[in-house]
Amino acid sequence: MNDSVIRVEGLRKSFGATTALAGIDLAVRPGSVLGLLGPNGSGKTTTVRILSTLLRPDGGRATVLGHDVVAEAAAVRPLVGLTGQYAAVDDSLTGLENLTMIARLLDFSRRDARARSAELVERFGLTDAAKRRVKTYSGGMRRRLDLAASLVGRPAVLFLDEPTTGLDPRHRNEVWDQVRALAAEGTTVLLTTQYLEEADQLAEDLVVLDRGRVIATGTPASLKAEVGGQLLHVRPLHRTDLPGVATVLAELTSEAPAIDPTGEVTVAGSPELLRAVGDRLDVPIAELGLRLPSLDDVFLTLTGHGADDTEEEEAAA
Amino acid sequence: MTATAIAPTPVREPAPRTGARHGPLRHAMTLAWRGIVKTIHSPEALLDVTLQPVIFLLLFVYVFGGAIAGDTSTYLQFALPGVLVQTVIFASAGTGTALADDLKTGIFDRFRSLPIPRSAPLLGAITADITRYATSGVIMLVFGAILGFRTEAGPLAIVAALALVMAFAFALCWVFTALAMVVKEPRSVQGIGAMISLPLTFGSNVFVPASTMPGWLQAWVEVNPVSKTADAARGLLLGGPVAGPAGTALIWAAAITLVFAPLAVFLYRRRT
Repeated sequence: MNDSVIRVEGLRKSFGATTALAGIDLAVRPGSVLGLLGPNGSGKTTTVRILSTLLRPDGGRATVLGHDVVAEAAAVRPLVGLTGQYAAVDDSLTGLENLTMIARLLDFSRRDARARSAELVERFGLTDAAKRRVKTYSGGMRRRLDLAASLVGRPAVLFLDEPTTGLDPRHRNEVWDQVRALAAEGTTVLLTTQYLEEADQLAEDLVVLDRGRVIATGTPASLKAEVGGQLLHVRPLHRTDLPGVATVLAELTSEAPAIDPTGEVTVAGSPELLRAVGDRLDVPIAELGLRLPSLDDVFLTLTGHGADDTEEEEAAA
Repeated sequence: MTATAIAPTPVREPAPRTGARHGPLRHAMTLAWRGIVKTIHSPEALLDVTLQPVIFLLLFVYVFGGAIAGDTSTYLQFALPGVLVQTVIFASAGTGTALADDLKTGIFDRFRSLPIPRSAPLLGAITADITRYATSGVIMLVFGAILGFRTEAGPLAIVAALALVMAFAFALCWVFTALAMVVKEPRSVQGIGAMISLPLTFGSNVFVPASTMPGWLQAWVEVNPVSKTADAARGLLLGGPVAGPAGTALIWAAAITLVFAPLAVFLYRRRT
């Protein structure tokens, strides 16, 4: 993997007695989106902060486009953009002023800085709010501005640290669309998330972290396959039909189906079973189909605990 | 730093950086611009460096002035140059507090991840504040004139007096900036700052001539850079010796800056 844009080998970092990273390896292919997935405190933010030169590792090595993030931090900084968990924009400036400031700090001339800011404001749908102070922005607008600020210098590598945490679904979809567009343009993206759905939506490759260690790598599909085969699920239109549906499934599979509180019956499935169930059921059906296990199922299988039930102690540096 | 290394596999063309003037201060000036724009957006930020000194001036002139100098107009002449110094001392503690607050916001992460000198955000913040203090200095002089402060000094001497006070403020800002880098809570800067600024201001000849003080206190007042700066400002605005106190004041300002500016930048780097 010598053509990797980001390479991480044996990266370690502790904060006092807390081990944030216990030696992780990863590699990101050019132009790909890598999802770094894990619960709070698993070391995602620490990894991103080391890669974006904000934090020094205790051990191991990390390079971005061939530059060591410690020894050649000054060479790494112009190549990367970072959007953190908390919008790194100035509340008391307007959106446009924020972008112009970043552009000037990146040595754009006054004219180029203005042009680039106007371009980004437009691209991120902030034209109407461009001359308003960021203080007045909604959460989604701030994230978009933050993302725009990361892109001023057209970085080849973009780090997104939980880019949609705290956003409502509409704003989350907006951010997703922007990330997809960037990846389509060839930007290499390393994205951290604790939302399994987000990793599934955006990332081609996944690295799953738990307590500072890599516990799995692969594509979303391969990880799901690793956890188990397909599931067949049936949701009758009327809840009163649930016992009848369960009986039919039990007869066809000779195992007891799981009935969840939302009114869905699930068993280990296959296309043949799907056809047989379709033929046998004579009550009105709202949903019937096969699906792969969700990444939630993946996480539970890999770590023995769910994605949400670890204590919140993401090492804030 | 070897900035000569070139990315081996540039995925895309680097950003266009046309027409850029490269200089060590350029980034700091951009960040100073940030601070000034903030003040323009919310001019109430000028209030704390204007209203408080105005109140101090009124308090000292009308409450204590008669007792200290015999009558209030004589005292106003004596006190105003010193109040200019006192104002920036109190305000520069505010610079530290604001910076400590600012460090906690995400924007400083952004600055750290940019290819700019580590000193730029600090120098930028201080430069913006000095601009604020200079504005408040002008407002103070105008307010003083309304109260009856009379000066024979020409424009050049007035500018020189303000510049001298700002030089001292610049030095002191680095002290509070260094402090801001080590405290856990921004509020602590205010508390520790008071322990620095109170002896500096009241242990000087800003409000009261040193001649009535006990010997040991006079000894302190004599070396206190605040006294020297106030003396030089008085000299420039009211006539009297200038070169001596101004020289000492500038040496103090330079010495404080030489110690605390590198210290503040070092502490800032260490935080990352």
